[in-house]
Amino acid sequence: MSASQYISEGSEWTFDQIQRYEQEIGRVAAFYGLDTYPNQIEIISAEQMMDAYSSVGMPVGYHHWSFGKQFLNVEQRYRRGHMGLAYEIVINSDPCIAYLMEENSMMMQALVIAHASFGHNSFFKGNYLFRTWTSADAIIDYLIFARNYIADCEQRHGEEAVELILDSCHALMNYGVDRYKRPSPLSVREEKQRQREREARLQMQINDLWRTIPRKEPAGEPEEKKRFPSEPQENLLYFIEKNAPLLEPWQREIVRIVRKLAQYFYPQRQTQVMNEGWATFWHYTILNHLYEERLVNDAFMLEFLQTHTNVVFQPPYNSDYFSSINPYALGFTMMRDIRRICEQPTDEDKRWFPDIAGSQWTATLDFAMRNFKDESFIAQYLSPKVIRDMKLFVVLDDDRKRKLEVTAIHDDSGYRHVRQSLAEQHNLGSNEPNVQVYNVNREGDRSLTLRHTQFKRRPLHNTVEEVLKHLSRLWGFTVRIETVDNDGRVVKTYECAAS
Amino acid sequence: MPLIIDRRLNGKNKSAVNRQRFIRRFKAQIKRAVSEAISERSITDIESGEKINIPARDITEPMFRHGAGGERETIYPGNDTYIAGDRIKRPPEGGVGKPGRATRDGEGMDNFVFTLTREEFMEFFFEDLALPDLVKRQLATTIDFKTIRAGYTREGIPANINVLRSLKGALARRIALRAAYAERVKDAEDELDRIDGEAEGSNPEKSAKVLVLEDRIRRYRKRIAAIPFIDTFDLRYNNRIRQPRPTARAVMFCIMDVSGSMDEERKDIAKRFFILLYLFLIRNYEQIEVVFIRHHTTAKEVDEDEFFHSRETGGTVVSSALELMHEIIHRRYPSAEWNIYAAQASDGDNWNDDSPLCRNLLIEKLMPLLQYFAYVEIKPDEHQSLWREYLHVKTHCRNFAMQRIDALTDIYPVFHKLFRKKAAA
Repeated sequence: MSASQYISEGSEWTFDQIQRYEQEIGRVAAFYGLDTYPNQIEIISAEQMMDAYSSVGMPVGYHHWSFGKQFLNVEQRYRRGHMGLAYEIVINSDPCIAYLMEENSMMMQALVIAHASFGHNSFFKGNYLFRTWTSADAIIDYLIFARNYIADCEQRHGEEAVELILDSCHALMNYGVDRYKRPSPLSVREEKQRQREREARLQMQINDLWRTIPRKEPAGEPEEKKRFPSEPQENLLYFIEKNAPLLEPWQREIVRIVRKLAQYFYPQRQTQVMNEGWATFWHYTILNHLYEERLVNDAFMLEFLQTHTNVVFQPPYNSDYFSSINPYALGFTMMRDIRRICEQPTDEDKRWFPDIAGSQWTATLDFAMRNFKDESFIAQYLSPKVIRDMKLFVVLDDDRKRKLEVTAIHDDSGYRHVRQSLAEQHNLGSNEPNVQVYNVNREGDRSLTLRHTQFKRRPLHNTVEEVLKHLSRLWGFTVRIETVDNDGRVVKTYECAAS
Repeated sequence: MPLIIDRRLNGKNKSAVNRQRFIRRFKAQIKRAVSEAISERSITDIESGEKINIPARDITEPMFRHGAGGERETIYPGNDTYIAGDRIKRPPEGGVGKPGRATRDGEGMDNFVFTLTREEFMEFFFEDLALPDLVKRQLATTIDFKTIRAGYTREGIPANINVLRSLKGALARRIALRAAYAERVKDAEDELDRIDGEAEGSNPEKSAKVLVLEDRIRRYRKRIAAIPFIDTFDLRYNNRIRQPRPTARAVMFCIMDVSGSMDEERKDIAKRFFILLYLFLIRNYEQIEVVFIRHHTTAKEVDEDEFFHSRETGGTVVSSALELMHEIIHRRYPSAEWNIYAAQASDGDNWNDDSPLCRNLLIEKLMPLLQYFAYVEIKPDEHQSLWREYLHVKTHCRNFAMQRIDALTDIYPVFHKLFRKKAAA
């Protein structure tokens, strides 16, 4: 083969080569049936990467000190060499925006294009969570709307006042999502149009809710005391936006903005293993494909393999580098394993996965990518072979027992337990305390009561008191949270009076 | 076709606003950290910015989280020894085989560390400090002028040409000069049209007339074309005039005792005090003059470099310095025009009969001229006559302040006390 066939030689990159790689990688991706949004690739410097990093990946963000804190942290660690910057950031938008750092070598740029612009991109477009929870074509516009709105509020009401509300909303951000209900997609034009009337109408409803003029009770037996809300509510920010008695209309709008953003990020938090595994699997597959076609040379491949190996490295539990299961490693291993089960199923695979063993692998992977989140993906596809290869084991920490116990390892009797336990570990629902709005005292002191339903007897972290302060700032009256054990008894109560 | 955009030239400080907000929000904590940082390092390198360390718990953002306790199962990779049913002793803090590690340079996880720029650091450092009673404003002959715009002139340098104005003028001139010719051209053309319409057939008389008219039109057109597009006459220049601006003028006298009783440590403290003072002055007051006086038995006015670095020594006569100061004020800084400040550092050692002299000198001659006099006594073994005499001065003069410094770490607090911004009376 003549050398001229290689797309690039050496590590310096040029715009033409990036263009060329994008086309070749796109061709291979299409060959494997990846369906993507159009790509927008932006070259940025390391400083700009730090900026992007600290705004949690939002290309346009409103101003808040917590992003500044994040930035200082990233900057300090980067300067001291504690951490390399991420090679890429990719935005779930249409077109899909991927940032490439100018310091990257040619190989890294190609890797990032394959990883982000085709891997993540197709995941954003295909996965059911992203399809239902986010609308890629509207997000950038919404972010701009949010930033302008908040900047406008700062002008009208002062930075401090806006900051207080944002602080409080951020504290509850993880509880600003609908976990069970389907959201309605957000669209900027509507958003803007409706926003003014919403302000007015909302305030009216709230006034109505809190009407103090006594109503005529229907004659007859005294009505049974009803709770409000009649069903517990999981979305705290939504409840506050709609019902908090003292918030100004602009404050409600800010609550809404934070809630919308929380919802936008919610799928990402639930699909880390899958998303990274999927993107890693595809950059690995695509670049190997290019190598087989002799479009990249050996030097490229060696550099690639070294980087790739670092990305999917899983230090063992007793290593100094161990912190937790590496989502890249787990996801990549599982994706490859699914392909293996399709292409070369063993007897074990046929027993465990009768429906996919021997099937067409791209179709099977595509189905897996579209219809699962981390928890269900692991529960469905984690194979005994992966458990053996990663030598996974389960440790039970029960505060009633004096010692920790190893409850399952990678053997016949342990596979199912490991699988279930690993799936559970990736279930946001059990990682975060289950806190819901339980009752509002409408007749008396207007206090708000939340209920924390215990999961495996786990208590709330003592930051709860701080969170309650934020909650009471939004609610305006006393708030309390009751911890309820499995038998429905209230075992602990925290309370915070309005200031 | 992908869209490839080069964003490298876009601004990189997108986070600057958020960074500012962070610093504003945690001002109190950062300030505490700044004053701690000061006591720990030599003041000469204040100017290099500072790594700031604030407790992480102060800046956490609270969330609902699970605390320790209850039942939890965790998955670990890389099993090499365990089988199901094994029991492991509970490690002291959380996970298996994962003791909380402190980082090498002693920054535990409990601290949030970041770097302030030099400007920000100095901002915090000298915040709330000011020279007291900076009042006298005098229109001096040479000092500050402000340049302001004042319309347009016909003369000036090319750099000041106002293009818009000049072209407006040119346009007006062209229209005016053209008008006369344009009218005549029009007349001639009308005439020509009339002749054309009058009769057909060739008529020598008529064609001669036509020729004349056409010639006339051509001539006028040429005239019009010859009007210059722009002329020196059109040029207008932005006019700027200088306006005198009243400024407060101030001078600071730094008086340092370098006698033999001032050992190295005391001199070091004194120098650091003055360096701090000097940084404060040059940072906050552009128009300030500083006079350095060092003295043992005799006093001498020196420049900055000599003040901080020279090493001569001898006995002590404090009044020599005060007299020199008085003389300099008399000669160069008439008190009607200048705000005059003085700071003196000494170990309090003085010839006994000189101290009452100093007191009289201060009360009678100097203090009426001064806005403020700050005296710091550095590590006195015990207060001597100078301190006692200065106490008298203090009771006499409202604008006299004295403090003592016992250790390096006192410098900043004392400095802060002496130059604290007073609430407006």
